[in-house]
Order: sequence, then C-alpha cells, then structure tokens
Amino acid sequence: MKIALGPLLYAWSGDEIARFYESVEKQPVDIVYLGEVVCSRRRGFRPEDWLDTAGRLAAAGKEVVLSSLALLETNADLRAMRKLVANGHYRVEANDMAAVAALSEQRTEFVGGPHLNVYNNATLDLLVRHGLRRWVPPVELPRSSLAHLLRKNGSGAECEVFIVGRMPLAMSARCFTARRHGLEKDACENVCEKYPDGLALATRDGDAFLALNGIQTQSSSVCNLVAELPALRELGVAAVRVSPHSTGCLETVALVRAALDGALSPQDAAQQVEGLLPGPACNGYWHGKPGMDNLALTG
Amino acid sequence: MELVCPAGNLTSLKAAIDNGANCVYTGFRDDTNARNFAGLNFSEADLAKGIDYAHRRGGRVFVAVNTYPQAHSFERWCAAIDRAAKFGVDAVIIADAGLMDYAARTHPDLRLHLSVQGSATTCDAINFYQEQFGVRRAVLPRVLTVQQVAKLIERAKTEIEVFGFGSLCVMVEGRCALSSYVTGQSPNTAGACSPASAVNWQTTSKGLESRLNGVLVDRYADGENAAYPTICKGRYRVEDETYYAIEEPASLNTLELLPELVRIGVAAVKIEGRQRSPAYVAEVTRTWRSAIDACLADPGAFGVREEWTERLAALSEGQQQTLGPYNRKWR
Repeated sequence: MKIALGPLLYAWSGDEIARFYESVEKQPVDIVYLGEVVCSRRRGFRPEDWLDTAGRLAAAGKEVVLSSLALLETNADLRAMRKLVANGHYRVEANDMAAVAALSEQRTEFVGGPHLNVYNNATLDLLVRHGLRRWVPPVELPRSSLAHLLRKNGSGAECEVFIVGRMPLAMSARCFTARRHGLEKDACENVCEKYPDGLALATRDGDAFLALNGIQTQSSSVCNLVAELPALRELGVAAVRVSPHSTGCLETVALVRAALDGALSPQDAAQQVEGLLPGPACNGYWHGKPGMDNLALTG
Repeated sequence: MELVCPAGNLTSLKAAIDNGANCVYTGFRDDTNARNFAGLNFSEADLAKGIDYAHRRGGRVFVAVNTYPQAHSFERWCAAIDRAAKFGVDAVIIADAGLMDYAARTHPDLRLHLSVQGSATTCDAINFYQEQFGVRRAVLPRVLTVQQVAKLIERAKTEIEVFGFGSLCVMVEGRCALSSYVTGQSPNTAGACSPASAVNWQTTSKGLESRLNGVLVDRYADGENAAYPTICKGRYRVEDETYYAIEEPASLNTLELLPELVRIGVAAVKIEGRQRSPAYVAEVTRTWRSAIDACLADPGAFGVREEWTERLAALSEGQQQTLGPYNRKWR
C-alpha cells in the first residue's frame, strides 16, 4: 500500500509551504498532491511555485499529482483549472465535474478527489470511462460501503482512503474566516494565514466542534484510521492519504510507514499518531457512525 | 419564467397548483430524495392523483430522486426512476452521475434535470451533464452572484433554474457532511440534514438549549426566538466571541432581483420547502405568482410591493430575510 500526502488545505505563507515540501522530499511518501484546493484568493504559492515544487518532488522519486480547486465560481477559476489540466507533465486530481469534463475531453487519465461524490459503482464506472484511474471516496463513506464498491469494482481503478487529518466537511460561497474578522471575502487580507490548522469553533459550552478554514468547514476532531491499516489492505485499498497539518505531519507519515512495513503494530502507530494530531481523534464514519465519534481501538 | 413550487404531499401539490405554480416538485417516501422526513412525500397512488390534478390544470410535476445511491442499494434508486417514468412525470431531478446515466439509457424520453445536490456551479460542469445524458435543466447551488449566474447562462447548454425563496443552504449543496459528522445522516447519504430524531430541547439554568445528538447548537435567553437546530445556523464560540459563526437563521428572498433574473434568462425560479405546510406553500406560491406576473408584464416598472414583503417575512425563518450569495457582500 502506498502513502499519499493530500493537498495542503490551509493558507500558509510561501516560505512555510516551501519549507514543508522541501522536507517532504526525504520522507517515505509515495504520492504527493500539490496545489490550491480551497480558495483561489490565496497567494502563498502561485501556480509557477507549485510547478517548481512538483519538479523537485518528482526528481526525488515521488508521484506528483496536481489538485484542482474544489469550488469553481468565476471564469478566471475555469481558466486556471483548464491550464492545470493542460499542464502536460503531471496527473491531475479532479475535485469538480468541470475538471472531469476537461480531462475527459483531453483523454487524460486522472485521480478523482473526495469531492466528486463517488458513492456507488455506477458512478465509479462512469468516471473510469472518462479516464479516472484512482479515486478518493467521500470522507463520510463507511467501511461496509467501501467494501461493496471494491468488491464490485472490475475497472482496475485504484482506491485511496483519507486516513489522517481534519476532515473537509463542507464548502460555501461565504468565507467564515473573513466573517470572523468583519471582512468581506473580496477584501479578506488573506486573514486565514493566521490559522495554520484552521480557526477553532467551539460550542457555547466550550467544546471543540469544527475548524473554519476560509470557505471550507472542517471537523475539529482529527480522523485517525491508522489502526485500520490491515483492514484497508485486506479490502484492496491501494493508497492511504495523510492530510497536511502544521505540526506532526511528517512524523505521522513515518509512523504509517513503520506500521505498513511491520516495524510497528498498527495499534501502537495509531496511538502515537494521536499524540501528534492538532485535536482529539475520531473514526466514526469508518464504522458507519456519526463522523465525530471515536470508537475504541480493538485488537 | 416558470414558478417551481414544493409539494411534500398531495394537499400541498394542490395548494401550489391552485395558487399559480407552473410546476411542482415531489419525492417518494424514502431516502431516494433529499427531504426524507417522517410523514412526508408521495405514495404511488398519491403521485398518480397529483399528476392528474396538475395536468388537468396545465401544471407539470417533477420528482426528485436526488440523493446519492448508496453502494449496496443502487437498484432501489433505479426503481425510483422507473416508477417516476411509469407514472408519466414531467421530469426527474437527479444528482448522482451514475443514476443520471441509468435514467438516460433506460428512459431516453424522460426529461432530466440536474439537481442542486449535483453541485454544478459552472457552465463546464453543466454542459458535461448535458452532453453525456441530455440534461435539459440544471438547478444552481446557492453559491453564485447574479453577475456570475448571468455569465453562466450565456454559455450553458441547458435551462437554468435558481432558488428564489425559502430556507438557505449556506454550504454548497451536495457537498456538505456537517449533518453526518454529528448524527450519522447527511443529505447525500440519507436525504436528511440535522434529522429530527437527533434533536433534543432542554430547559436549563442557563436557558433553553437545542442539541443535535448531544452537540449544543444554540442556547436561548428568555424572549429570544428559538430556531430549529440546523448545524450551520447555530451560535458558536470563535476566539472570544459567541455569534452566528456560519449563518443567521434567515430565509432566502430574491423578490427584488426578479427583473434581473428575467433579463439574464433564468428559466425557472424554485421555492424551497417540501417540509412546509400546505398553507405555507399556498401563501408563498400566491405571492410569487403575483410578483412574477407583475414583472413579466412590465419589468421596467417592477417594484416589490409592501404586501408581498410582509407576507413573505411572516413565513421566514426567524422573520429574517437575506439575498444570500446573490449579494456579493454576503460572501
């Protein structure tokens, strides 16, 4: 099973992004997703910077995938997406049907991101006909549904499962981080750069609940399916995705690698990963429960 | 411009048609539609009666099969499409691409609409559905400004339907898992958002509390209006402030945009609210019928009449109204 580093979901400064991916070059990661998925207003890295980084990571032996913006609104967003699709070097992760359309038209193989809503084999097969070769199921998909999808999957498309990170739960036209600061989205001053792992939202009792990340709303609890690595392997999952956070991300990757290589038990790896996460762990979706639930590790 | 109104049951369907709806949209009594609520939606017998009632009066009936078929039970969603086709509905409203493919191949004469739950926000995405499945109309997520809708219509190969009034989804429809994060059920998987079975109201020393599967969504002081605990419309603490961090309880109302929507070529305006009462449907339909007729008769002279505003305000969430994302500043 391969380890994938998902696209960076937060607004970091250009220096922070550059430093992070420089350190990724030496890490035991097989696949690296690059590019801005959440907000076209973010300026930390421009498309050229992402391509430079892509070149270095590819030279370091990583499979590089360029991720497309998940919510397209303007003609400028469409133009940027089409340029990404036509990059000529790297595979693209399509996070919207407009990207699928562009990739299909060019007869280019692609990865389907978690926002494509692949809940059943009919949709999976359809996307495979349009060039999908690997896909990331929606974060809310339970193990039982994934098992069914993979059992019936005759297409050869590979599956990649989101196993560590704050989960992207929703997107909006509204920027909630700008709203917090009384700013309009069009004049947001890139205020989300203040929050490298999202802006904490708690209930009125003070219980951590969600993380606001610009136009995206994430879980405050952090998905941790590291203990499920044997189950994922048994289902035939080809890759596991770790979503970048500002701290502990590379240590997490090392622990997942150790668990996959048998140097560490998945339970021990899961417990050690828990200490590195920016919030308490959760795994409810996997078990068909509310996503925020954290069911005890077994075995 | 067509007026498309909600019908949670046969009585509402009749109320909508009697008060001037051009079309009504309905769903079957299960999780194949995005308003899967107890006591709501249509049996086969009611659907047949509803179609007959509407057709005799020049109205049309759409059926929403707009949740995402789950891996184990795709056939059940196909059966819903077959049933809708058998009864002669005027269109089915679908979100899932795989189901759309099934409908297009199995029922080539069935008119297909792309549901708002399909999350298509660009002409490229919409045209893909048109080219692949012959989709005739797309319902836009509540994401774009009026200017962006206008640009989209210029290049879209389908008719465009937009939301005009009712509960406002703050998140892009079809891409929101907040409800399943808390309750295990989401619009995509179960056709339910913040389901009633997970709601708990409790009077405490700090005030009346609304919880969803234990999560405190809001707390009300004496005299404050309590709202249904939809996750995105609760009050939360962010840094040192407690406020409606995502959105206030308010209804979308685009009445003042009508001349603009007509001018840019919007084919249909949709009223949200299949879960609402027949009296609500009648009142909203009647008001919007008057407004659309006035606008079409003389768009240049159109002004929102005070009586319309008052009637709609009384039917709005928290008696508040918003233009939502149509207004750039909302974003």
